[in-house]
Amino acid sequence: MTKRITFYAMVVMIATIGFLVAALRHFETGIPLFPGQERSVWLVEARIDFRATGDAVTVSFSLPEQLPGFDLYQEQAASPGYGFSIVTENGDRRGEWTKREAQGEQSLYYTAQFAEVAESVHHAEGPTPRAVSVYWDDAQNTAAQQLLTRASTTSSSPHSLARELIKLLNQSVPDQNTALLLAGGEGRAELLSKLLNQAGVPARIVMGLHLEDARRRQQLVPMIEIHAEEKWTVFNPKTGEPGVPSDLLLWHRGGKSLLDVTGGRRSRVSFSIVRQQVPALQLARAQNSDNIFSSIGIHRLPVEEQSMFKLLFLLPLGAVVVVFMRVLVGLQTAGTFMPILIALAFLQTSLLPGLISFVSVVGIGLLLRSYLSRLNLLLVARIATLLVLVIFIISAMSVIGYQMGYSTGMTITFFPMIIIAWTIERMSILWEEEGPHEVLIQGGGSLFVAVIAYLLMDMPLLGHLTFNFPEVNLILLAAILGMGQYTGYKLSELHRFRAMDEG
Amino acid sequence: MAWIGPRKLSGLGMLGMNSRNLEFIGRYNDRRLYPLVDNKLKTKMLAQEHGVPTPGLQFVVREQHQIRHIERQLSERESFVLKPAKGSGGKGILVIVRRKGDHFIKSSGELLTLADIRRHMSNCLAGLYSLGGTPDIVLIEDLIAFDDCFAGYSHEGVPDIRIIVFRGFPVMAMLRLATHASDGKANLHQGAVGVGLAMDTGRCLNAVQFSQRIHTHPDTDNPLSEISIPNWRELLILAAHCCDMTGLGYIGTDLVLDKHLGPQLLELNARPGLAIQIANGRGLLPRLRKIEGLREKRKVTAEQRVDYVMKEFAEA
Repeated sequence: MTKRITFYAMVVMIATIGFLVAALRHFETGIPLFPGQERSVWLVEARIDFRATGDAVTVSFSLPEQLPGFDLYQEQAASPGYGFSIVTENGDRRGEWTKREAQGEQSLYYTAQFAEVAESVHHAEGPTPRAVSVYWDDAQNTAAQQLLTRASTTSSSPHSLARELIKLLNQSVPDQNTALLLAGGEGRAELLSKLLNQAGVPARIVMGLHLEDARRRQQLVPMIEIHAEEKWTVFNPKTGEPGVPSDLLLWHRGGKSLLDVTGGRRSRVSFSIVRQQVPALQLARAQNSDNIFSSIGIHRLPVEEQSMFKLLFLLPLGAVVVVFMRVLVGLQTAGTFMPILIALAFLQTSLLPGLISFVSVVGIGLLLRSYLSRLNLLLVARIATLLVLVIFIISAMSVIGYQMGYSTGMTITFFPMIIIAWTIERMSILWEEEGPHEVLIQGGGSLFVAVIAYLLMDMPLLGHLTFNFPEVNLILLAAILGMGQYTGYKLSELHRFRAMDEG
Repeated sequence: MAWIGPRKLSGLGMLGMNSRNLEFIGRYNDRRLYPLVDNKLKTKMLAQEHGVPTPGLQFVVREQHQIRHIERQLSERESFVLKPAKGSGGKGILVIVRRKGDHFIKSSGELLTLADIRRHMSNCLAGLYSLGGTPDIVLIEDLIAFDDCFAGYSHEGVPDIRIIVFRGFPVMAMLRLATHASDGKANLHQGAVGVGLAMDTGRCLNAVQFSQRIHTHPDTDNPLSEISIPNWRELLILAAHCCDMTGLGYIGTDLVLDKHLGPQLLELNARPGLAIQIANGRGLLPRLRKIEGLREKRKVTAEQRVDYVMKEFAEA
C-alpha cells in the first residue's frame, strides 16, 4: 500500500513540477500562455536633419538606454550612404553616422521599438556624481543666491529644495530675482540645474519624449534629475512632480550632448511616434535573452533543430492518446505506436489528403501483397519487396496527383515507408488468419487513434504550449504514469463481458 | 451494442485486462521465466524433466536449409502437427490429419501441397508468428487422438482444456471446442466454443461462442450441457504440476485428453486470457483473492491443493 502511495506522490510531484516550472517561465519571461497573443509597443522614429558643408560628416546621437518603465525591443538606423555603428562611451550609448563627403540637406533616421514593462529594473548607477560648479554673471549671481536662500529656508532635503525652487520659478507673477534669471534666455530646466548645482545638489537635465499615438515632429522635453539618497530622481520642471510620468520615455540621460554634428550646420532632431502590435512571443524572447530560462531553452538551438524539436515535443501528446485509447478504452491498434507516426505524417499532409493517401497506399499494398503470397518468398525478402513497392506506389500517386493539380501528392512521402510496409504485411497475415473483419477493426482502430492524436497535435494551443513550455510534457508524463497503474475495466470490456449480464 | 455496467462487472468479480496485467501477471510472473512458456520446445523439455506427459516430438526444423529436405522427413508420417515454437494464441499451428497422394489434408479438409508446407515453415522460421517477429524454430509433433468423450463436440479440431493455475492452485477451467467458424482452432475470439467446467466435477456449467451464450454445438447441434470430463481430478493435478515446474505464479495450462495416452500438456501460457470467465459465467477475482489470502507456508502437495479447490470452488 505504501508503495502505491509513494508512486502516486511521485506522479503528483512530477505533474506539479511541470506545472510550476511552466508558471515560473510564464511569469519570468512573459512568454504568453496562448498562441497569437500580441502586445503593443511604441515605434519611435528619430529624424536628424542638417545641412552638410561638403566635408567629412560625423553625427553622434545619444541613444536611449536604462529606460525606467520601458524596454528596448528592436532598433535600427536607416540612412543611405552613411556608415552606422553604435558605440558606448563611459556608459553612454551613442549612434554614430559617418560619411567621407556630404553636401546639402541630409536626413538620418533611427527607429526603435519600446515595450512597456511593469517594473523598471534598477540598473547599477555609476559613481556618485558631484555637483558641478556653475558660472553666473554678477547680477545673476546675486539673484540666484537670494532665490536659493528663500528656497532653502522652506525646505529640508535636496528633494524638497528642488520642489521649492520649481515653485518659485513657476510663480504666476515672478518676483524680480526670478524674472532676472529667466530673462537670461535659459530654459527652466537648465536654470534649475544650475541653481541646484550651485546649492551643492548634483543635478542634470534629461530629455524625455511624451509617447502619444500617431504623433509627428515631436520634440524632446527637458526634465530635471537630481541625485540624492544614492539615486537619481526626475522632477518635472513645470509642475515639480517627482518621478517619471508613465508616458514619458527618457531618451537622453547624462553623458554628452544629445546630438553632435561635425561637418554640418543647422542640425535638429524630431521624433515620430506610432503604437504598434507585435507578437508577444517574439517580444518575450527578445526581452529575455539573458534570462536563465532562455539561456537553457530550445530557442538557443539553430532554427532547423528547433523545428525538429517542435515535432518531437508533440510526440508525448500522441503517446498519451495511445495509452488512453489502449488502457482505458481498449481500442486495438496495429502496432503499438504506429498511430503516432501516422499522426505525425498527417501533420505534414493535413488530415483529409493524408487519410485518403494512407488508405489508398495500404489498400494497393494489400492487393499487391496478395499476389506476393503466391510467390514463395522468405519473410524478410517479402517485406523488402513490399517496401520497394510502397515507394513505387507513393511516387506514382505523387506524379498522378501533381498532374491533376494536387500538390498534396508530394507530401505523402512523409509517411514512414518501412512502417507502412510492415503494416501491409501484418494486415495481410491478419486477413488470411482472422479474416477481413479483424483487419477492419485493427486498421480502423489505428486510424481512429491516429486521427485523434493528429487533431490534438494540430491544435495551435497545444503545439504552442509543448514547444514553448517543454516542462508541460512532464504533466503528460505524469498522466501516462497514472494511467499505467489503472486496474479498472476497459471500456471495450464492458462490451466484451456483456454476456455476464444474463447470468 | 450491448453494454454492462462497470459496477455490475466488479460485483461479479470479473477480472479486467488491466487488473490482470498489473496485479497478477506483473506481480506473480517473473519475466525471467517467460521463455519457458513462450517457447514450446523449452516447455516440452521442462515437462519431460518433470515427468509431465506431452505429445511426442518427431523432429525440429531450425534452419532455412533444412526445409529443402523436409520431404524425406515427412514421407513416413500420415498425420502430424506443425507448430512454431514461439507462436502465441494458436498462431501458425498447422494440423495435418491425413495424406492423399502428394497432398496433405488439413483438419478443415483443405488440401495442401508440399510447397505450401515449405512456405509455412519458412514463414515460421522468419518469425512471422512469433512475439515481436524474432526468428523462430518449427516443431513437428504427433497428432493427438482425442478421447471419445468429445465425439460429436469438436469440429475439425482438437478440443483442449484450459485451466488457470494460480500459485499452484487450479482456479478455473474451460473446455475449448473448435468449430467450423474457428477453422479448427481452439481460440475463443476466432469462434471456438468455450465451455465452462465446474471445478469439483468437470461438468459443463455454461457455454459461449463469440461472447454469446449457446446451448448446443453450432456445427453438430449436440447439447453442450451433457459434457463431463472424465478423470477430472487427475487433470487438475497435472495442471497443478505444470505450475510447479515453471515457477510462474499465474499461468494457463492447455491440456488434451488422448485416447491412448491420457492427459497431455499441450502448451502453457503466461498471459491467460479473460474469456474463460465468460465461458464460466463467473468472475475470477474472488477465487484469486481467496488463494492470495491463504497464509500457509508449508509445502502442500499438488493433490492436497487440488482437493482444496475441489471443495472450496465447488458448485453448490
